[in-house]
Amino acid sequence: MRTYSGHSTPKASNELYRANLAKGQTGLSVAFDLPTQTGYDSDASFARGEVGKTGVPIDSLGDLRELFEGLQLEQMNTSMTINATAAWLLALYVALAEEQGATLSKLRGTTQNDIIKEYLSRGTYVFPPEPSLRLIADMIEYTVEHLPEFNPVNVCSYHLQEAGATPEQEIAYALGTAIAVLDTVQARGVSQASLDKVFGRVSFFLNSNLRFIDEVCKQRAFARLWDKLGLERYGVQDAKLRRFRYGVQVNSLGLTEAQPENNIIRIVLEMLGVTLSRDARARAIQLPAWNEALGLPRPWDQQLSLRAQQILAYESDLLEHADIFEGSVVIERRTSELAAAAWAEVEAVLARGGIVQAVAEGYVKERLVAANAARLVAIEQGTQIVVGVNEFRESEPSPLLEAGSVDAILRVDPASEAEQIERLQRWRAGRDSAAVASALEALERAAREGSNLMPPSIAAAKAGVTTGEWANTLRGVFGEYRAPTGVSGASTPETLQEQLTRLRAELDDLTEQLGRRPKLLVGKPGLDGHSNGAEQIALRARDAGFEVVYEGIRVSPKELARAAADEGVHLVGLSILSGAHLELVGETLERLRALGLGELPVVVGGIIPEEDAALLRARGVRAVFTPKDYRIGQIIEQLIALVRSTSLPKAG
Amino acid sequence: MDELQELVERVLARDFAAVGRAISLVEDRRPRASERSERLLQLLRTSGRAAAGHCLGLTGPPGAGKSTLVSALARVARRRALSVGVLAVDPSSPRSGGALLGDRVRIEGDPDDELLYVRSMASGGDLGGLARAAGAAVEVLTAAYELVVVETVGVGQSETDVEHVSDTVVLVVQPASGDLLQFIKAGILEIPDVLVVNKLDLGPVATRAAAELRAALAATHPGRQASVPPVVLTSAATSDGVDELLDRCAEHRAQLAATGALEAERAARRRRWAYRLFRDWAGARGVQQLGGRAHAEARLALLLGEGRSAWGAASALAEQR
Repeated sequence: MRTYSGHSTPKASNELYRANLAKGQTGLSVAFDLPTQTGYDSDASFARGEVGKTGVPIDSLGDLRELFEGLQLEQMNTSMTINATAAWLLALYVALAEEQGATLSKLRGTTQNDIIKEYLSRGTYVFPPEPSLRLIADMIEYTVEHLPEFNPVNVCSYHLQEAGATPEQEIAYALGTAIAVLDTVQARGVSQASLDKVFGRVSFFLNSNLRFIDEVCKQRAFARLWDKLGLERYGVQDAKLRRFRYGVQVNSLGLTEAQPENNIIRIVLEMLGVTLSRDARARAIQLPAWNEALGLPRPWDQQLSLRAQQILAYESDLLEHADIFEGSVVIERRTSELAAAAWAEVEAVLARGGIVQAVAEGYVKERLVAANAARLVAIEQGTQIVVGVNEFRESEPSPLLEAGSVDAILRVDPASEAEQIERLQRWRAGRDSAAVASALEALERAAREGSNLMPPSIAAAKAGVTTGEWANTLRGVFGEYRAPTGVSGASTPETLQEQLTRLRAELDDLTEQLGRRPKLLVGKPGLDGHSNGAEQIALRARDAGFEVVYEGIRVSPKELARAAADEGVHLVGLSILSGAHLELVGETLERLRALGLGELPVVVGGIIPEEDAALLRARGVRAVFTPKDYRIGQIIEQLIALVRSTSLPKAG
Repeated sequence: MDELQELVERVLARDFAAVGRAISLVEDRRPRASERSERLLQLLRTSGRAAAGHCLGLTGPPGAGKSTLVSALARVARRRALSVGVLAVDPSSPRSGGALLGDRVRIEGDPDDELLYVRSMASGGDLGGLARAAGAAVEVLTAAYELVVVETVGVGQSETDVEHVSDTVVLVVQPASGDLLQFIKAGILEIPDVLVVNKLDLGPVATRAAAELRAALAATHPGRQASVPPVVLTSAATSDGVDELLDRCAEHRAQLAATGALEAERAARRRRWAYRLFRDWAGARGVQQLGGRAHAEARLALLLGEGRSAWGAASALAEQR
């Protein structure tokens, strides 16, 4: 039982961990901030406003020391949500463990290290797919030999569901990812015994939503297909090694901003699905906080999630029985259905040359964008009911939100960014720069020559290299990557024809009056890679008849302002979910003004507390959209009206 | 100095915000804006500095790696201290009129670099592959920048469209894709001035494709050894071969200039572009009424000679009719 946490500075996170361990938490789950996840130092220009926002910043070994101050790594089970820079964080972890005098073979924990889902959903990728897979294989090779208790890869179907995947897609693309990793390892010519071990160490991270019978069956289907894959594709004979090992974080996508207290009930039901029956029971569960759609959760919100798990485990009789669905005809039928459909999709991916190819071509992302569009349209049209959102909307005033003020959610003190930057600069000043230079040289050589990158990374960690230096060295060798957005190949479901026809007529009319088609720049400034919202807006706006310029995630405010000037757009829409909206929107507005585009209307979407929305509007933002604005059609209508009122000469 | 003159001055001074506004103006179809854009183009032309830039038209089938190649071209040209303007054309949806722009490999540039300008444009569905305003946008860009690259999604008709606006047509071919046979059948190999086999990183497959292409070109240009266009191997990912590509294109332009063909070519191109626009409005019947294509083009040539843009000439002829 653990909650995903970490924020502001290593010191503050350390205090949080100690408090959580004291409350009975049995492992640590470390959340890193976006600069750390995308390989930037805290003082890089891309990191501005993002330091300590979604998790803890780790710039160097010094930061990791402070993060685990007073904790013995040998006794910890540490789960690290880290992907593109996983090899680096593991190198720092190993370096610290050695410093503490730990026996490496006793280290237990997990690095998430699933780069494929980063291209598809979470967005914290750095390098192109091939070198990324190589980094993963290097880590696997290293851990199998030196850290046998460590899970180097945790294949995540979780984020696929968050991006809108159906259960079949969730299973298929996760298995496709595992196949890519295992094939890479196998291609290195390892022995069958090593391959068996590697197969046995691959674990999964699933999602669970409110269709909880489906979730029960999804887990069963997953386990069945994993077993088949182990036996048939990789020749793993030991049935124990073919066991499907997984943890679950329950769904955030379905949590609502409206009547957020209802989310507590949703979370419990979602947890029930993945614990109810012994043969489909997650080994580890993480729960989101009930008010996640409003902003960063506070310790009290996290405590509530931990208590929910404890009540289920210790007060209920759930854990006392054998598998309660054994022999159920209904469960068996649904499981077989899901397994068959998922396997067909696995084969479709393999026919394209595997998941890497299918992702690079945009195929997988297009399928996810389309599935998410279908889900949102169903909610918009009311064929899928979401309590408190599109039905049963009336509500008594909530005493939980009454405090309603800024204090109701956790805020990161802006001073902590400055503090972290200062720590980093002190660190750089205090180290042996010759040792750093030679460590980076060795890292670059290994990257070019193709030898395992773990040993030079560990040496670099010990020499005092920073996260940005490690990543930039590899960027120099591998290059940087930009994943397909999936928007071009997807389209708005036909059921919305009526709405589209109306919007198209409006836009045609506006086109006549403007003399050219309204042009919209959709931007995701900053490091946040959660692109669902930007994709769905881009998709619907295009299908309604806008010319949409969307260049994907991680575009800086400066680049956005420049694109707005070059492209001659009528409107700019920014999407930000990392909590850095005040900084990023402020900077974008500033840049636009500097280019003489101060009059260009700007709208913002994201997880934005009302207080901040008011601040943004006061600074000139024309509209702020949050998850409660689930009717995308209405958003598009507002955008049209905004172009009409700002781009046309005033009457009279 | 009036507002338009000032805009022209700023375009010529390579002020990207002004270039952006000028292109938005030439895209504007309202009658009053058309007059203004006609005057803008005239001012650019009479400035004596217009059309100084070299316009490359980059085309080829989807998946050939055109966008990455444009990105690499821009990078290498900027390294040579050339100012660069890019016009990327994407298809419009025939149903909604909407379009998704920039959703390919992004043209990576430094946002502080004032001498690299990137604009995307929807095809608008008026003409095969190129937006109505593309010709005018190219005039703005060539007035401002030394190298202009127009990228179009090459499918069917549009592969030939890009020749109406560019000095040098570059056709990008993907190795081992079966494109080659299609090109030969469709007579497309007659059009490009330079051919590129991209994805050199594929190794022998790419070199084999280049060899096949050279053989095919020799066959389609019998007895015209000197006019066989060069074939360049590139890797957009590593920029290998991109320097050579720029050199070949510059040579092509130098050749045109040396034989005095450049101005004649440009005039002919403008006439053909004006004809496309005219036929688009007046239809085949309108052309017939003027006594056929040759007559229509002759009248357009006169109107162009008076300093009108292609668009201006086409609309004037449509009105005269």
